[in-house]
Amino acid sequence: MPKISQKAIHKYLRHDKNFPHVWCSGCSNGIVLGATIRAIAELGYKKDNIAMVSGIGCSSRMPVYVDFNTLHTLHGRAIAFATGIKIVKPEMKVIVITGDGDATAIGGNHFIHGARRNIDMTVILINNNIYGMTGGQYSPTTPYGDRTTTTPYGNIDPTFDICDLAIGAGATFVARTTAFHAIEAQSFIKQAFEHKGFSLVEIISACPVIYGHLNKKGDASAMMKSMKENVILIEAFEKLSDEQKNGKQKRGIFVNKIRPEYIEEYDKLVRSLQDEKGGE
Amino acid sequence: MRYWEVPFGKEKPKTPLGEIHILKERCKGCGFCVEYCPKDVLEMSDEFNSKGYHPPQIINGEACVNCGLCETICPEFSIWCTLKEEVAFEN
Repeated sequence: MPKISQKAIHKYLRHDKNFPHVWCSGCSNGIVLGATIRAIAELGYKKDNIAMVSGIGCSSRMPVYVDFNTLHTLHGRAIAFATGIKIVKPEMKVIVITGDGDATAIGGNHFIHGARRNIDMTVILINNNIYGMTGGQYSPTTPYGDRTTTTPYGNIDPTFDICDLAIGAGATFVARTTAFHAIEAQSFIKQAFEHKGFSLVEIISACPVIYGHLNKKGDASAMMKSMKENVILIEAFEKLSDEQKNGKQKRGIFVNKIRPEYIEEYDKLVRSLQDEKGGE
Repeated sequence: MRYWEVPFGKEKPKTPLGEIHILKERCKGCGFCVEYCPKDVLEMSDEFNSKGYHPPQIINGEACVNCGLCETICPEFSIWCTLKEEVAFEN
């Protein structure tokens, strides 16, 4: 993989915004931003051909710092807005940056129906197991028994597996990685950009200030280390016994297939109707 | 049949040497670069920046091999390394 210099990265950032950014010390969102920009720099996309859409949340502050066409929208509705952009400008590369609560709880419907229709967009889902910005409420991905500000005695809700949800809904590219594996994240994001259809990259990240503090997970480095140990490759995960699988997650590319894309099908329908009516 | 034009082992491998640059005002002191540097080049310093964080300092600069892990893992884009020179590998 060729090394992308820091100079190339700074070309894609908005320097009139205040740096350092708003994220807490040790937050993984900055690493994901770096991986995304490196993937774009590697593919050589023009800044004007990219639209970055986000909802509300810590991760959704990301479009503020990048110099693309950006849209900061309603809570959970990022995929709905991205569908609108893709319908009007099909040549544009649409990237959705979203968090776990934003995509699977508040925008759950948009997420599954975006995947079902197979709209050509790349969803980068940053999963930090909690609603960080709004004060630490539990989200659909908070592990069983973990403490948050709204579950002070432990969470009893079963958790969502976001990749399984996307596969079930019909997404055509599904991958999971962590913020610790930043180079792998860059490669998965690059493959997702090149894929035609709904592509999801779930990036497991660390929230040391709220989630880590409430659950005594240690400092940011300790949380990164636990991601390295507990999120393992699919091949290694399959070899483990059922007892050892407890508390571990697999990472890698789960699905990579081709299915008719929604905007192309829509275009085809419009063309065929125009031909029927004699090209009016 | 094609033979090797250069005998195997005649060209010695080269080790790249890197130079580290730190933007101390952007650093938030998370310590990822110090923790994960494979050559242990960096260390947390005692000085403060204007936001009150401790930025890292270079303690073993000549060991840097320009691998770029610090700049990949830095969430703040405040550290990076550039290639200084390539020296012959000594075993």
